[in-house]
Amino acid sequence: MSDFVSGFWNIYVIGIVLASVIGCGVFLWMQSTARHVEGETTGHVWDEDLQEFSNPLPSWWRWLFYITIVFSLFYLAMYPGLGTFKGQFGWTSTGQYDVEMKKADDQYGPIFKKFQSQDIRAVAANSEAKEMGQRLFLTYCSQCHGSDAKGAVGFPNLTDNDWLFGGTPDQIKETLLKGRDAMMPAKGVKPDLNGDQIKDLANYVRSLSGLSADSIRTQRGKELFAAACSACHGPDGKGMVGVAPNLADKVWLYSSSENSIIETITKGRVNRMPAYGEFLGEAKVHLLTAYVYGLGGGEKDAPVAAPAATEAPVEKK
Amino acid sequence: MQSQATYNYKVVRQFAVMTVIWGIVGMLVGVIIAAQLVWPELNVHEFLSYGRLRPLHTNAVIFAFGGCALFATSYYCVQRTSHAPLFAPGLAAFTFWGWQVVIVLAALSLPLGFTQAKEYAELEWPIDILITLVWVSYAVVFFGTIVKRTVSHIYVANWFFGGFILTVAVLHLVNSAAIPVFSAGVLTPKSYSAYAGVQDAMIQWWYGHNAVGFFLTAGFLGMMYYFVPKQAGRPVYSYRLSVVHFWALIFTYMWAGPHHLHYTALPDWTQSVGMIFSLILLAPSWGGMINGIMTLSGAWHKLRDDPILKFMITSLSFYGMSTFEGPMMSIKTVNALSHYTDWTVGHVHSGALGWVAMISIGSIYYLLPRLFGKPEMHSKKLIEAHFWIATIGVVLYIASMWIAGVMQGLMWRATNVDGTLTYSFVESVKATYPFWTIRLLGGLLFLSGMVIMAYNMFLTMAGGKAVDAPVLAPAGAH
Repeated sequence: MSDFVSGFWNIYVIGIVLASVIGCGVFLWMQSTARHVEGETTGHVWDEDLQEFSNPLPSWWRWLFYITIVFSLFYLAMYPGLGTFKGQFGWTSTGQYDVEMKKADDQYGPIFKKFQSQDIRAVAANSEAKEMGQRLFLTYCSQCHGSDAKGAVGFPNLTDNDWLFGGTPDQIKETLLKGRDAMMPAKGVKPDLNGDQIKDLANYVRSLSGLSADSIRTQRGKELFAAACSACHGPDGKGMVGVAPNLADKVWLYSSSENSIIETITKGRVNRMPAYGEFLGEAKVHLLTAYVYGLGGGEKDAPVAAPAATEAPVEKK
Repeated sequence: MQSQATYNYKVVRQFAVMTVIWGIVGMLVGVIIAAQLVWPELNVHEFLSYGRLRPLHTNAVIFAFGGCALFATSYYCVQRTSHAPLFAPGLAAFTFWGWQVVIVLAALSLPLGFTQAKEYAELEWPIDILITLVWVSYAVVFFGTIVKRTVSHIYVANWFFGGFILTVAVLHLVNSAAIPVFSAGVLTPKSYSAYAGVQDAMIQWWYGHNAVGFFLTAGFLGMMYYFVPKQAGRPVYSYRLSVVHFWALIFTYMWAGPHHLHYTALPDWTQSVGMIFSLILLAPSWGGMINGIMTLSGAWHKLRDDPILKFMITSLSFYGMSTFEGPMMSIKTVNALSHYTDWTVGHVHSGALGWVAMISIGSIYYLLPRLFGKPEMHSKKLIEAHFWIATIGVVLYIASMWIAGVMQGLMWRATNVDGTLTYSFVESVKATYPFWTIRLLGGLLFLSGMVIMAYNMFLTMAGGKAVDAPVLAPAGAH
């Protein structure tokens, strides 16, 4: 695609660039032939004693100037610079990128391909694959999920047994390849919830996982929950993989404080895991899947009701 | 022969004193953000977080400290070399108060989070309009004085000051063009750039690099051309060199901006053009250094016991170093390593502390006794101390940033046998901590030097009184 909307701008750029580079040289040549008398001043005096010597241009400096001009003309002949003229070397930044990517694929591709045909469980058990997976994880995943994969507020912990979109090898791989979009609508399916009702709901939700809650509000919240939330989170609040998180366990993506839950209900939440399939290619995603699966939280069989978190409950603030 | 009229020193005095004050403020903010990089816990409040304070630091040192120094020295120089008092003294007074209001508004609005998000042009549109009014007034006062001159030739320092004033006006108007946001029909201080995408980036760095080229270079070369020959008591080395490097410098700087956008969405041809003109810029930049340093030829002995001259000559050495480093960093292959690293930060400070601050400090030391009717500064020993503390500070600063920058560049590109990156980003951050600590120490030293300067300045002022020198008749055959 041309950078120019019409042929005129191409000519304009070529003309003005060449005239400017060559013009610098011509100006330098004209000035260096001007009359000068070494060691004498120009005869002008300002502010009592400010004067100027009529010394010539230092010749090493003059040559330095000429050399940069000659180099520039050479560069313009070899590299793109004069409008649409491609330069003798035919270099482009996208071309360089393609060449480097192809070289990398040729060199490193087989190393990753080696594992692609193997079962994720087998790859996860391979120590060489685990090291490669960790390096990939540190480069592409640690910014959000942390170097230890334990996540942060808004970014899931990958080492526990709680899986929003499923923890089987296939489900993890699908998450990595295609990404995941998650959206909790504001006020669930009951847009007329008022502030007091939201507070009731928040108390009920806290009570589900055994956190301290106001008992009267919890009672009222329970009734509201059935109308506003249970469609996705289920009548017992235990959620459904791929649809809504389990609210009855000790795992909190956004902190379990009453204020945070109120914020979640009031404003809803939007979250996204980006898709890495196109960016990294399947071979690397396969390794990453195995690495994440091998972190310890992967489900060994087809999804069964996940056991309650084995670690001591941690309330994220 | 002397006439009754006197030069307008009042506005020079005001700007000279504020140069020192804003220098301390701007550098203090710099020291704070350097400390925040070493101890992130120091980000105590939203208003005082790194992201808000960093633009405050750059604006304060460039436009408050550097700007006041340029106003003071250009007003002093243009009167004395035109042998005429300032044109439109009322307007000159407006430039002082207007500029101080701009600085105070910047110091309030940036921490509050008002920003156009353009580097070195962060201030929002109402402040931009005030800057425009002040700048046009500055141009009227400066060029009005040139027109009033009683000598036929215009002294070389004024070419540089004039070029700087005109170009900064154009840069500011074009880059700050923005559309204010109306919220519910009410005009807000928020605005969005008039340009989009890569065009916006190109305009920004055309501005950004010329802010360096004209605000921080041409203007300070003007300062150099007046104060170095004055302090050395020697004629400028070569008139012809000043002609060539002036025109070549202001012409080629205009083209150099694209080197800030290597390997981006900017078309390849634009990047190449930016790179070659950055290389051509080497000789014109060095022309200024040669003319300054060679002015001292035949008077080298003066360097031994004149700390003001030491400041000036050291500043020219840093200028030469930075303007060699700049073209090198604009070469695409070098840039691929240096870009986005602390090397850039080191390069900028070699220019900002080594060149801009040191030539300003030297010039202000020259000015203060003359403005307050004293034969010299209160203490020459303190100037000497300031010089050594500042020099050690700059060296610590730029050496640590060079090492940190090259280390970061190499860490980011290091790969394992399987092609994965050897270091995650945070590992390069961790590895930089020792260098950030050294940089903090360097900055702290430089700031301490400024505090010594302020002490020396106030004692000089305390024993003196404001004087306005009589306008001199031109000497020699004109």
